[in-house]
Amino acid sequence: MLASLLQNLINALQWGSFYALIALGYTLVYGVLTLINFAHGDVFMVGAYIAFFVATFLLAAAGLPGWAALALTIPLTMLLTSLVGVSLERIAYRPLRRKGANRLYVVITALMCGLILEHANLALLGASRKAFPTLIDEQVYTLGGVSFTNLKIAVIVTAVLVFVLLHWIVTRTRVGMAMRAISCDKFAVPLMGIPIDTIIVATFALGSGMAGLAGLLFAMSYPILEPYMGALIGWKAFIAAVVGGIGDIRGAFLGGFLLGAVEIMVVAFFPSTFRDLIAFSVLMIILVWKPTGLFGVAKTTKI
Amino acid sequence: MVLRHYTVPILLAVAGGVLLYVAKEELVSLYVLSVLMFMGVNVILATSLNLVNGYMGEFSCGHAGFMCVGAYVASILGVLLFSGHKAFGAAWLPAELAVWGFPLLILAGGAAAALAGLLVAIPSYKTRGDYLAIITLAANYIIISLIENLDIIGGSRGFMGMKKIVNGMEEAVALPWMPLWVLAFTVFCVWLLRRYLSSTFGKGVTAISQDEVAAEIMSIDTNKIKTITFMLSSGLAGIAGGLFAFIVGYVNPGSFNILKSTEVLVMVYLGGMGSLSGSILAAILFTVLLEALRPLQIIKWVVIPLLLIIIMQFRPEGLMGNRELGDLFPRLKRFYRFK
Repeated sequence: MLASLLQNLINALQWGSFYALIALGYTLVYGVLTLINFAHGDVFMVGAYIAFFVATFLLAAAGLPGWAALALTIPLTMLLTSLVGVSLERIAYRPLRRKGANRLYVVITALMCGLILEHANLALLGASRKAFPTLIDEQVYTLGGVSFTNLKIAVIVTAVLVFVLLHWIVTRTRVGMAMRAISCDKFAVPLMGIPIDTIIVATFALGSGMAGLAGLLFAMSYPILEPYMGALIGWKAFIAAVVGGIGDIRGAFLGGFLLGAVEIMVVAFFPSTFRDLIAFSVLMIILVWKPTGLFGVAKTTKI
Repeated sequence: MVLRHYTVPILLAVAGGVLLYVAKEELVSLYVLSVLMFMGVNVILATSLNLVNGYMGEFSCGHAGFMCVGAYVASILGVLLFSGHKAFGAAWLPAELAVWGFPLLILAGGAAAALAGLLVAIPSYKTRGDYLAIITLAANYIIISLIENLDIIGGSRGFMGMKKIVNGMEEAVALPWMPLWVLAFTVFCVWLLRRYLSSTFGKGVTAISQDEVAAEIMSIDTNKIKTITFMLSSGLAGIAGGLFAFIVGYVNPGSFNILKSTEVLVMVYLGGMGSLSGSILAAILFTVLLEALRPLQIIKWVVIPLLLIIIMQFRPEGLMGNRELGDLFPRLKRFYRFK
């Protein structure tokens, strides 16, 4: 009983890590721009594909050993994925923001960008699924009836490290201070000599880089890639970010793990088709109980 | 002009007559007819979502969930009453009665969807903005997931048997019933929304979107308005769902997923928040665009979003902004009146 509980806990931590990594990107962009970047799930998908191409190229064309390829794939994937995120911001969101469009029109544009990424991928690469190459050998350790692989541990540790890093960036560095300033008052910030567009680009680069990392880790753990893999996981990660209290990094991290845990526990005790039903009902009850999420602060409204 | 009071009814009667003639003489193909019917369904969906997203200023992104409730309730009731099903046994009523029962079926679907709207309406007392958006999203997932797990109505395989009812109606009285009912319900929905929004009670909806706290201080019962508005919006989505189910003759939970909700959202924002005529225009344009680009197959879903992004760049407030047709062309007001 205890062993199976621990086993499920490890699975939940791994599954929650993916949600947490994606939710961090949502919450960063939301915190700065109050924009729901609905293309983020698809940026994650693009990240997985970029990782696939980089890794295959390094393994086959350059003939590197697995560990060296992995060491190069991680930074390259993060860099290229953040380029995708930044170019979305430059091409689609920034002109709208400059025109002073209603925030929801930017949200709809983000939705459209996600659709374009998905279907352009489908049109360019075809509907066949891609198998991700093995970069490191998976080793299974068993400890008192609980089995875990080195990959699972790596995923969980990476998620925690990324969270610590982001939290440090946001609370301790100048860029982070500027991000928090923008979320406080968008109009006073340029007057203080803070380059608002540079900060926004930095935010998108950070968030998309995390999505790229999540894509790489996801592709290594579940080595089948398809164009629609980002859509569902993206929506769910967004829900996780909101349940945690959107705009707060701790909230996104916790919300991601919470959603992962609920989903794995439901699958452990109920038929797996009940997963969405129970997971979303739980999240809805949390939101009704705490209307601004776990870490969110209720804003006072003035007339 | 006295006549302007009758312009809209006369135009609608003419449209109905033309539709009747064209469908009966089979002047247009069934394909064109079905595209026209989907247009009607999309008009209902877009205008009803505009009530919440445009006029009330909330961001609901789970409209397809309520459509799903309406579609399933209308089709299950229809099959139960008029055609019989292997899981429920024989039909309870003779199939000829379907001619009279059909609008009641659709309305029952709408009523059920309105009840499902409470799922969103009650949390909306305390929650708002993006948190409410998530609740609508979760409601969509919950509804679909619930139906997928109900094996008696087919689960994720879907539910069918509605074509028999439509055929039965056409045998009983030889008229193209589906196009007529779609037209009737579309006009009914737009008329209802127009009446609701221009009533004293409905002005509260716009007041909530502008400033909820101030509206409450001005003695507007915001909770009551939110409940009724959400229920009306989801109820109309249910009507659209019922019509959709009977047009296609087959429903499965997969066709009411987030992608469908996204389509409706796009129609609302393309037309402009807070403009009924904008939503109607956008729904018609979007349906035509979807069908016109069908030969492109998968590239269609690259071209359409790209087109929409470009439109957004040039008209960042949607096609009509928050104006109606009569505000854009004031002279037209001399010739028609639609209240």
